[in-house]
Amino acid sequence: MSSFPKRALLLLVLACGAAAWAQPKTAGYAGIGRDATPKEVAAWDIDVRPDFKGLPPGSGSVTRGQDLWEGKCASCHGVFGESNQVFSPIVGGTTAEDIKSGHVARLKDPAFPGRTTLMKVTSLSTVWDYVYRAMPWNQPKSLTPDDVYAVTAYMLNLGGIVPDDFTLSDKNIREVQARMPNRNGGTTAHAMWPGSEFGRATKPDVSAVACMRDCVPAASTVAQLPPHARGSHGNLADQNRLVGAQRGIATAAPAAAAVKTSAPTAAPKVPVALLEKNSCTACHGMTQKLVGPAFSDIAKKYPGQTDHLLQKIKAGSTGVWGAIPMPPQTLGDDDAKAIARWLADSAGP
Amino acid sequence: MSGSIQQTGQVRKAPENFLDAQGVRAVFAEAGKGRRDFIRNAFAAAVAGTAATSSALAQTRTAVGDGDPSILNLPAHSTGLGQPVVTDGYGKPSKYEANVQRRQSPGLTPTAQASVSFAPLQSLFGIVTPSGLHFERHHQGWWDIDPSKHRLMVNGMVKTPKVFTLDELMRLPSVSRFHFIECGANTGMEWGNVAVPTAQYTHGMLSCSEFTGVPLITLLEMAGADLKGERFVLAEGADGSSMTRTIPMSLIRSGEVLVAYGQNGEMLRPEQGYPLRLVVPGVQGVSWVKYLRRIELGDQPYGAKDETVHYVDLMPDGQHRQYTSIQECKSVVTTPSGGQMLLDKGFYNITGLAWSGRGKVKRVDVSVDGGRNWRTARLESPVLSKCLTRFNIDWVWDGTPAIIQSRAIDDTGYVQPSYKQLRAVRGTRSIYHNNAIQSWQVQANGEVANVQLS
Repeated sequence: MSSFPKRALLLLVLACGAAAWAQPKTAGYAGIGRDATPKEVAAWDIDVRPDFKGLPPGSGSVTRGQDLWEGKCASCHGVFGESNQVFSPIVGGTTAEDIKSGHVARLKDPAFPGRTTLMKVTSLSTVWDYVYRAMPWNQPKSLTPDDVYAVTAYMLNLGGIVPDDFTLSDKNIREVQARMPNRNGGTTAHAMWPGSEFGRATKPDVSAVACMRDCVPAASTVAQLPPHARGSHGNLADQNRLVGAQRGIATAAPAAAAVKTSAPTAAPKVPVALLEKNSCTACHGMTQKLVGPAFSDIAKKYPGQTDHLLQKIKAGSTGVWGAIPMPPQTLGDDDAKAIARWLADSAGP
Repeated sequence: MSGSIQQTGQVRKAPENFLDAQGVRAVFAEAGKGRRDFIRNAFAAAVAGTAATSSALAQTRTAVGDGDPSILNLPAHSTGLGQPVVTDGYGKPSKYEANVQRRQSPGLTPTAQASVSFAPLQSLFGIVTPSGLHFERHHQGWWDIDPSKHRLMVNGMVKTPKVFTLDELMRLPSVSRFHFIECGANTGMEWGNVAVPTAQYTHGMLSCSEFTGVPLITLLEMAGADLKGERFVLAEGADGSSMTRTIPMSLIRSGEVLVAYGQNGEMLRPEQGYPLRLVVPGVQGVSWVKYLRRIELGDQPYGAKDETVHYVDLMPDGQHRQYTSIQECKSVVTTPSGGQMLLDKGFYNITGLAWSGRGKVKRVDVSVDGGRNWRTARLESPVLSKCLTRFNIDWVWDGTPAIIQSRAIDDTGYVQPSYKQLRAVRGTRSIYHNNAIQSWQVQANGEVANVQLS
């Protein structure tokens, strides 16, 4: 068979080709990725573990923490960390007994309404880590390690965990950990972690059976939304497709009609980009009170008063709209002027 | 009902915010009243039903006279010239689809930067969520990040800490996989009682996409990771919140965890973490860290805020379950569903979604009598692991009240529980991981309501 050697040669060529393409598994990714420099790692590797690995050295007192708190934290969290207006409260619900046991007793009481951070947190490292990486809300990562020690000390003091004259540091943080009111309140005894690291339960905690016929007696009670909540999520007719097997139920006036009834006005254009760039919208809504008053309410109160508004933006304000102070804002003069002018010119007739 | 009613006292606050004592009392008081008022309310609705049903009938069903004007009178689109190509360089849905939007639940969160928008499940088909309708959960606002300046660092217990650019990550061998992502707090508002009206608000912190990216294990190996012994991985975002979560090593070793840049054929949307996010199949959305900047390998869990203080499940004994991650088997009928209205008696296709964080959906049963009797639904292909599965079942509505439910079973044999079964173990204060069977009541007037049975 004259074709046999030829075929063998062809196979050999193919085999060589295949061999040339066999690549080592990862060494083959040549030219991809580079070594990180020690400074790069230090710049980003800011996490602190429950064993306090990663905690930078430093310290901060309750007193210094209170000053920082009032300037940077109280506007959202309340002066005593108790506010529920913007975020869930940080302080409250823990007792001296909890500090001894490491279990917050009120968590067992279904009638107790809220859960504060101090009621839930098991490891102080979590508080330190989170404040350092994400707070204040509109200027995350602006606090130094000493600042974070100080505001953490202040929160712990509000919770009765450390005394008024306490200074928290990397040296004594483990002793404070031993006083955290809910330090023993966490469990990993569940089947909802994929893996065996926590020595978890292997079987799900709820086990149902798929009955097919005559399974449950007819429901004795059927709970549904009360009639007054019918329009709580707007007009459901506007939230469903206009074609198909179903329509949405008309639960409120159609959105289109609402648009028509608002008369067109010659209001100045909203400087959306400026408001977002300077994080104004973190605390102010266009027409809704959030942390601070709505822009529309400010505009109504100070028509034409550009200078007054400019001064308020730059210097901060307190007591005019409620208990929550607005801290002084660090935005540029041009931005501040543009926003003040817009507010001053926006008041309706 | 007057449109001016703005009562939102039924709404339980978002994961980070809880009702105060008064609010909780109001919820339970109103829920009790809701039960008492139900019969009266249903009667009133039935009386009003005739008019409401006919007004909802937008399309004529029977030919009148010579026939349907939509057939007899040729419309402009049959008799004129249509629009040119590239009228819009990035095409948008029909203007008639403007109602299909993601939405916030009123009163749920006091700020819009630490908030949620819900995907309109009641209007979606198949298993893929259009990227623009994907649910959103931001902790400190979203960003549109310049990909040329974005970096991914791998450090910790590795031989050499590494830095990768997007260009480099996109040169590596990629995989594309369909997976669901569900917020751990999805359906959280319903733990205590009925709180919201539609499938969008009860189950809309759920989406499903085809994700494209590089298995995380590849990057760890490239950095010379020490993978012997017990290991934990931290994932960290580049945004203000710099979200962190401990990622289960078993899913990294299996190659399931992806460092993803692609979503449904294009790059990730900014709201979903453009240009890089972690994909952790079967695990709650908070672990799918957006704007991913860093991966750290260690030998202990990290105790991040969103695994030990938030996203923890409060048990009746007062202990918090920490590091809860798997989204257990769950399903929901998406049509007919709460807030919708059936146009007439007769045939309907009951359709919905089923999923499991432990694997594939094996079976879905549907009941139309409040769970007394069940029929097995058709599963549409593909049926993929840790992915939404679409189910359908025929139903002829005879005009009498019906309570529609679905119950999913996954390939581990786990059966989706009823509220009664779930609450017997976990109480009503868990906030997270509510995977109970959902009930929709079709009332005699065709209106569908979110209900809970006991």
